Amino acid sequence: MSLGPERLARHIVGLPKSGIREFFDIVSTRRGVISLAIGEPDFDTPWHIREAAIASLEQGKSHYTGNAGLPELRRAIADYVRDRFGGDYDPAHEVLVTVGASEGLDLALRALLNPGDEVLFHEPCFVSYGPEIAMAHGVPVPVETRVEDNFRLSIAALEAKVTPRTRALLVNFPNNPTGAILGPEDVRAIADFAVRHDLILISDEIYAELTWGGKRHTSFAAVPGLKERLVLLNGYSKAWAMTGFRMAWVCAPAWMMDTILKIHQYQIMCAPTPSQYAALEAMRQPAEDMAPMLRAYEMRRNYLSAAFAEAGIPMHTPAGAFYAFPQVAKFGLSSRDFAVRLLDAENVAVVPGSAFGACGEGFVRCSYATGIDQLKEAAARIARFVKTL
Amino acid sequence: MVESLLEILRNNAKESPETMAKMLGVAPEAVSAEIARLEREGVIRGWQAIVNDDLLPKGHVTAVIEVRVTPEREGGFDRIAEQVSRFEEVDAAYLMSGGYDLLLFVGGESLLSVARFVSEKLATIHGVLSTATHFKLKTYKQSGVLMAKPGDDGRLAVTP
Repeated sequence: MSLGPERLARHIVGLPKSGIREFFDIVSTRRGVISLAIGEPDFDTPWHIREAAIASLEQGKSHYTGNAGLPELRRAIADYVRDRFGGDYDPAHEVLVTVGASEGLDLALRALLNPGDEVLFHEPCFVSYGPEIAMAHGVPVPVETRVEDNFRLSIAALEAKVTPRTRALLVNFPNNPTGAILGPEDVRAIADFAVRHDLILISDEIYAELTWGGKRHTSFAAVPGLKERLVLLNGYSKAWAMTGFRMAWVCAPAWMMDTILKIHQYQIMCAPTPSQYAALEAMRQPAEDMAPMLRAYEMRRNYLSAAFAEAGIPMHTPAGAFYAFPQVAKFGLSSRDFAVRLLDAENVAVVPGSAFGACGEGFVRCSYATGIDQLKEAAARIARFVKTL
Repeated sequence: MVESLLEILRNNAKESPETMAKMLGVAPEAVSAEIARLEREGVIRGWQAIVNDDLLPKGHVTAVIEVRVTPEREGGFDRIAEQVSRFEEVDAAYLMSGGYDLLLFVGGESLLSVARFVSEKLATIHGVLSTATHFKLKTYKQSGVLMAKPGDDGRLAVTP
């Protein structure tokens, strides 16, 4: 057998390249771009959290921690999940500190799936869901969400895709890229669907703290009786602006956690120790740390909604996360062409909706994790651009 | 709306009413009316630039002065504090808890002009017991703004 692609793992080689990656390569050839294409906070991590990481290094905390993470951090996570979202988890056996929520998702899928098992997930969605499922030898089964439903996940759409091979349902609200959230009745209906079809529900709630217009996030962790079939993913990246620390957690029932932890233990050993101390500090005053960032995001979201409305660009009002998902289909370009020509004409980067799944075609994602001055300029340039179409 | 409006203005006093209206989800006229009300009621006391004096070619000296005074039977510290505040050299004046009573921020063209203000004007006021003057060496942060030039924002231009 010669050395070449045929020697590589077929289920990995067959994965599509990320549309985000392609667009990154285009954008990075240009200078002075105003980027609304960035999926992470523009705020730096609050200083007292960074300072705690520095102090941990000064104190020589440069060793492994237990596989599941610092016991005091797991306790703090369990307390936060209970107080903030109404989930009841035993920090000793049901909480795991991971390297980003992406690791948590990978662990959950590998722990739960046998080859050929189907996993339902909704599109448009974060770019890694389909590939993560495939890498765990599962079969990704996308379910469309539609602008007409404000990109909420409908039970009818789920029912149409569920089969006897379906083992799990992966959901993400507040949603990247659409900014959609679920109401309590949506959460209840989806939980009922999971029970009815005996599915494991994996809920990526990384944007849980980022909801707007007075709406509060409803966590699947708060649904009575769901815990034994729920994997709850969350972390520090978005709400605390700690992306580079790579700190997140998995909450799962003990029967699952044993196996999830086994993978983490062989693969990662433990999450980085300085990051864990930073996360511990982050748990001291979450509301105070988040408040100024949340206020800024909400005002920017208001601004962008009003600016797009003024420019005649249709958009459902984003109720969560820091993404606006305007509909550009009426301008007669594919979302990729729209993004490329906008970049070319006005040096503003947005991400084509098609990067987040086929049904994202006709939309572009605009992140408002960008200072208001940049956002104003970007909105003005987009308005000018669409007039030329 | 008041708190959000003031938060925007504290960040950028030059923000236009149209932009603020979009950020707050109200009409521009409502923003202008609210600002006018806040000015009328004295909540907004003025509009100033945040200047890094360190970068100006002409020298500028800033001193912090701790002042101990004798409170008066009627009015406590108020009369003397207001008297001190009227000097145009004084940029800010606060009544403090702790080892001294008044904290003054004083500006001048040179060490000499500040020293002269302290010895000839401040220390001679009846009721001023003592002064301790500290000169500023360098400004790192002022009015919530870091004086160091911002770097690029450290993020990749496109991320999922």
